[in-house]
Amino acid sequence: MTERVATTTGLFPLPDPAKQRLSDLKGHQKHDLISGAESDIITSAYEEYRAEVLTEQQAAGLDRVVEGQLRWDDMLAHPLSTHENVDPNGIVRYYDNNNFYRDPRVNGELTFSGDVADELRAAADQIESPAESLQAVLPGPYSLFDLASDYHYGNEGDFFAAIADFLAGEVAAFPDHKTLVLHEPSLVENAPNEDQQAELAEMVDTVAGETDADVVVHTYFGALDEKTYAHLMDADVEALGFDLVAGDRAQTLSNITEFGTKDAALLGVADGQNTLVESAETLEERVEWFENQIPVQEFDRLYLSTNTEPFYLPVNKHRAKLEAIAGAAAAPEEEVTA
Amino acid sequence: MSRPADNRAQFRPDDHPHEHFLLTTVVGSYPKPKWLNRADELVDDEDSKFDADDLEEAHDDACRLITNEHERAGLDTVVDGEMRRNEMVEFFAERIRGYEFNGPVKVWGHNYFDKPSVSAPVEYDEPWLVDEFEFTNNVASKPVKVPITGPYTLGNWAFNEAYDTEEELVYELADLVNIEIERLVEAGAKYIQIDEPALATTPDDHAIVGEALDRIVSGIPEDVRIGLHVCYGDYSRIYPELNDYPIDEFDLELCNGGYEQIDVFTEPEFVPDLALGVVDVHTAEIETVEEIKANIKQGLKVVPPERLTISPDCGVKLLPREIAYGKMANMVKATREVEAELDSGEIDLDEPLALAD
Repeated sequence: MTERVATTTGLFPLPDPAKQRLSDLKGHQKHDLISGAESDIITSAYEEYRAEVLTEQQAAGLDRVVEGQLRWDDMLAHPLSTHENVDPNGIVRYYDNNNFYRDPRVNGELTFSGDVADELRAAADQIESPAESLQAVLPGPYSLFDLASDYHYGNEGDFFAAIADFLAGEVAAFPDHKTLVLHEPSLVENAPNEDQQAELAEMVDTVAGETDADVVVHTYFGALDEKTYAHLMDADVEALGFDLVAGDRAQTLSNITEFGTKDAALLGVADGQNTLVESAETLEERVEWFENQIPVQEFDRLYLSTNTEPFYLPVNKHRAKLEAIAGAAAAPEEEVTA
Repeated sequence: MSRPADNRAQFRPDDHPHEHFLLTTVVGSYPKPKWLNRADELVDDEDSKFDADDLEEAHDDACRLITNEHERAGLDTVVDGEMRRNEMVEFFAERIRGYEFNGPVKVWGHNYFDKPSVSAPVEYDEPWLVDEFEFTNNVASKPVKVPITGPYTLGNWAFNEAYDTEEELVYELADLVNIEIERLVEAGAKYIQIDEPALATTPDDHAIVGEALDRIVSGIPEDVRIGLHVCYGDYSRIYPELNDYPIDEFDLELCNGGYEQIDVFTEPEFVPDLALGVVDVHTAEIETVEEIKANIKQGLKVVPPERLTISPDCGVKLLPREIAYGKMANMVKATREVEAELDSGEIDLDEPLALAD
């Protein structure tokens, strides 16, 4: 029987009191955002809120919990924004959303940073069995490559490879974790060219190869084009993630029918960009719909989460969505026990 | 198809000194006096005696002050600087039935927006802006322009829980904006500006904005001037489609980009009147009269003087107040000087900038 795992994509909205407090501590301007060298008082404020979101996820009943990525002022670009050889410069639009991040200009070699590993360690210290429940979150190599600007490596191939190596170095420093989710929305929003497609699986493997955890490559904001999907399938990961809220689900199904998929999948069933809270029953229907569309495949495991990062949501609605996801993941087990 | 834009003459002052008349205006927002921000906070302080009536008095005072400041700058049409409004979507969402607020969401860094949700069908309840307009109209000696956030932005910058498509929501909102404009017109308003900044970020939706505008102007008399303001985008994505919009005037932010995009509008011929941004609202330096005159002449590449309106790029609320005032005053001075040069034939309308150089 398929195991259902309630999880999240990470990148949470900051708790409401944190929004004002951290803004007061840090400032409003672009040079006031997280640099990786924040003061003790800011660090301890984040620790407090990190503990809060961990407790919240456990209370909601998630099977995997994330650190929350509350420090990620620049959303998925964060691991570069905090790097010493990167200059987070102008404010640019984050995908097709009304959100903005600082364009990370890579000015020098992408040496080891350890910023995300430190966050994860802080989270691991606060939960009972991180090896069983902690989920690490990173941008995938292609998306981080797409979100950044190269002022050092000189050609796209080298830059792409440098980003993958950088991420691999970060993963190698992670404490024990059960799952690693790599966000790859750029595969949808700004699909790789032929050269990049050819390198995609190898770049993903470079990162995924540094952990023993289950690795999920999650895609969202729509469906992948056929070729990108076919190349991504060559990556040696446990699962691919799909956006089941976006309008072009038929394309996702067609990709899976045509090229197969992994034995596990992450299903983005709750809308991370709309406050309408789907009930657990609605989410379960979406899961069942997906399973029914591809009858030839039986999954070992299905991860359920929002389709996108949830930082777009107000805190109250985000919390309600986590609970509904946990409810949907628990539903079949409850039926069996009954 | 543009509306017949012969409703400009009513804004020409009786004592206008020149033959030519370039209508000067503002986009809307203006820096709030610091004491007003304090007052906005004080009313929420339970320990304070300062109550809602006091706040209303403070808002009235601020509206008088800024309307008067616009008149002192010499503008032909004035706004109250949007002193009563907090944010361009929130203000309207608080007044439209169907919206609810769930808490702030991130825009970038630690900048947040109390993005509302449309959780039920939207309905017109009480007037949104009629009191504001009547007050300003009473204290102003110049015609008053009324900026309204457009239905596309009101829909696009909210979570849509209630409608199958955003398009459906936008059209419902457009009908409500139409009702509001009817009320404003009954109260005597002659100059309305629809603000649609969301169009700049999703230009592919220009047809939805067009359909919404059709609904907005339905039944509105032709002597009421309808403008549309869109800022910060790639205008080539909405041009020449915007020529089909049922508006009298299109208000553009081009100074910020050094008029790089001005040629977009020269071919095919620009149909509505052009309201041209001639001062940058993102720099805290006051442009000189000479600089602004050169900017105005950029507009003459697109439309003849009788179809050119002069305004700042966008709302000026983020500027220090004295800088905002300085920009308005220089803008009016530059406009009057350009009018005089047009009267005397110094400006060659076929080559407005070449001759100026």
